[in-house]
Amino acid sequence: MSVAPEHAPKMAQASFAHRLGPWMPVLLIPVLIVLGFLAIPSSTSWLTLTVSGLAMGMMIFIMASGLTLVFGLMDVINFGHGAFVSVGAFVGVSVLLVLGQMTSAPSLALNLAALMVAVFGAMAATGLMGWAFEKVIVEPVYGHHLKQILVTMGGLIVVEQLIIVLWGPEEIYIARPEALKGAVTFAGAALEKYRLVAVAIGLVVFLAMRWVLRRTKIGLIVRAGVENGEMVQALGYRLRLVFVGVFIAGSALAGLGGVMWGLYQEVITAHMGNQAMILIFIVVIIGGLGSVEGCFIGALLVGLMQNYVAFLEPKVALISNIGLMVAILMWRPMGMIPVVKAK
Amino acid sequence: MSDPILRLEGVYTNIAQYHILQGVDLEVPRGAVTMLLGRNGVGKTTTLRTIIGHWRAHQGRILLDGEDISRMPTPAIARAGVGFVPEEMGIFADLTVEENMILAAVSGPIDPARLDWVFSIFPPLKTFWKSEAGNLSGGQKQMLSIARAMVEERRLYLIDEPTKGLAPAIISTMARALKELKEQGASILLVEQNFSVARALGDGANVMDDGRMIWSGQMAELSTDAALQERLMGLSMEAH
Ligand SMILES: Nc1ncnc2c1ncn2[C@@H]1O[C@H](COP(=O)(O)OP(=O)(O)O)[C@@H](O)[C@H]1O
Ligand SMILES: [Mg+2]
Repeated sequence: MSVAPEHAPKMAQASFAHRLGPWMPVLLIPVLIVLGFLAIPSSTSWLTLTVSGLAMGMMIFIMASGLTLVFGLMDVINFGHGAFVSVGAFVGVSVLLVLGQMTSAPSLALNLAALMVAVFGAMAATGLMGWAFEKVIVEPVYGHHLKQILVTMGGLIVVEQLIIVLWGPEEIYIARPEALKGAVTFAGAALEKYRLVAVAIGLVVFLAMRWVLRRTKIGLIVRAGVENGEMVQALGYRLRLVFVGVFIAGSALAGLGGVMWGLYQEVITAHMGNQAMILIFIVVIIGGLGSVEGCFIGALLVGLMQNYVAFLEPKVALISNIGLMVAILMWRPMGMIPVVKAK
Repeated sequence: MSDPILRLEGVYTNIAQYHILQGVDLEVPRGAVTMLLGRNGVGKTTTLRTIIGHWRAHQGRILLDGEDISRMPTPAIARAGVGFVPEEMGIFADLTVEENMILAAVSGPIDPARLDWVFSIFPPLKTFWKSEAGNLSGGQKQMLSIARAMVEERRLYLIDEPTKGLAPAIISTMARALKELKEQGASILLVEQNFSVARALGDGANVMDDGRMIWSGQMAELSTDAALQERLMGLSMEAH
């Protein structure tokens, strides 16, 4: 069978710079860590800050990952996503308070069991809430960005008020389970156990998401849908159903992130989700709307930046992240891992 | 002859406030290649998009094997056996060739024998099986787009300008692919501006102008009558 010239293999000769391109965003993480090392006078402080930066990044990633897919799939801008963070935190923390006997016992097994119940409760509650939120608030405004912004913000306010009605207006303090208190010492630096656990959970969530997106048919449908939803439907898949599933999963993940964030801060308020939204949006935008990998890298960059700068110059911590966003958008206007949209 | 696989009866489609299709009638017989012809912008693509359900017919009926599909959602129309190759190809650039094909096989795992057949028609797809579709050349993307429709047997294939913008060597690959599909007894509705391809493949021919069908007959009749072509399409197809 004759093969026309244009069919000849021609992908092998891509230049080094071209092959490096996709890896550039990943390389930014070690670059930022090295810059932190150079800027921070004490290497033990640097190590501590790096671990808390990564921990914070992982939590932001968990909170943000659903939002990026929701936008990518249906072009839906959900300003109400923070509601799931708050509700997750309140449900999870309430469960932990009820299980106080288990969390205060010096038994790792009991602590973990309590945490599992709290996380499961928080994710079930926020997943269910995501399903209702999608149906009642998001579905009527498909395709209308301005309405989406207004309506989802309204939804967030309603949820915050409901939290205040149910749990009262005061912030709630929460102690971490015994096994997660304290720190381990490594190379002279004190590394909080909780932060190490947060890093581990974040990694597991990221790898699991990646696995689902790359190795399962439903994952393929989601990735294809982010690129060209119309074609996914023309192949015979019900995009709307897939979207609802992603919305529910993303809401449950935000709930998980809320529990983790609450235990990180050791205090929760009805507005915590709304407050986290600034960082979540920065991460989703610099990652590239619709890209889970971009969201992950962006979250780690933002977490590290926030911690390094807060140490060096506390007043400019948030500004530094906005600066990071501006710099990245000047470099890649569609975010670090731009998603090719067929439109 | 048996009933047509597809019949459009007085189909009107609006896009925003524009009345694009204004009463399209069309019959696609079984086991034949039916050409949909006409100048640029007359509504050929809109007709195919209305059949697959991307646009909604505001009036009229679209009968697939006698069943009205004009109110069915797109995924249901696809699962009823309509394979769609859009004008802009619609490949998923972030996915590999393999992943594109896996998605195209909606009713289950890819049938290996059928895949071998597809590979025999489009060898580059085998070469680049594990590569991202976005890295393919334009011609290879078009091959993938058609291969996705071919990977399962469909009741009806809707194919929109499969040779648009391609080099002559690749156009002949496309033509051979469509010919093989036709030889398998497939029913195809084909939009094609390349006249030699149209003449080689077409059984029936339908010519549109300004959102309406202005002529329907046999391709053989149209391809030998330069005056008719001139009248219907404002240019002689022989010239191409
Ligand atoms: N999305 C759209 N919005 C507005 N007008 C459109 C759109 N798509 C097509 N049209 C118009 O509909 C008419 C028919 O287009 P099309 O079906 O693509 O023609 P063809 O495929 O025959 O070249 C053209 O006048 C075109 O400008
Ligand atoms: Mg067209």
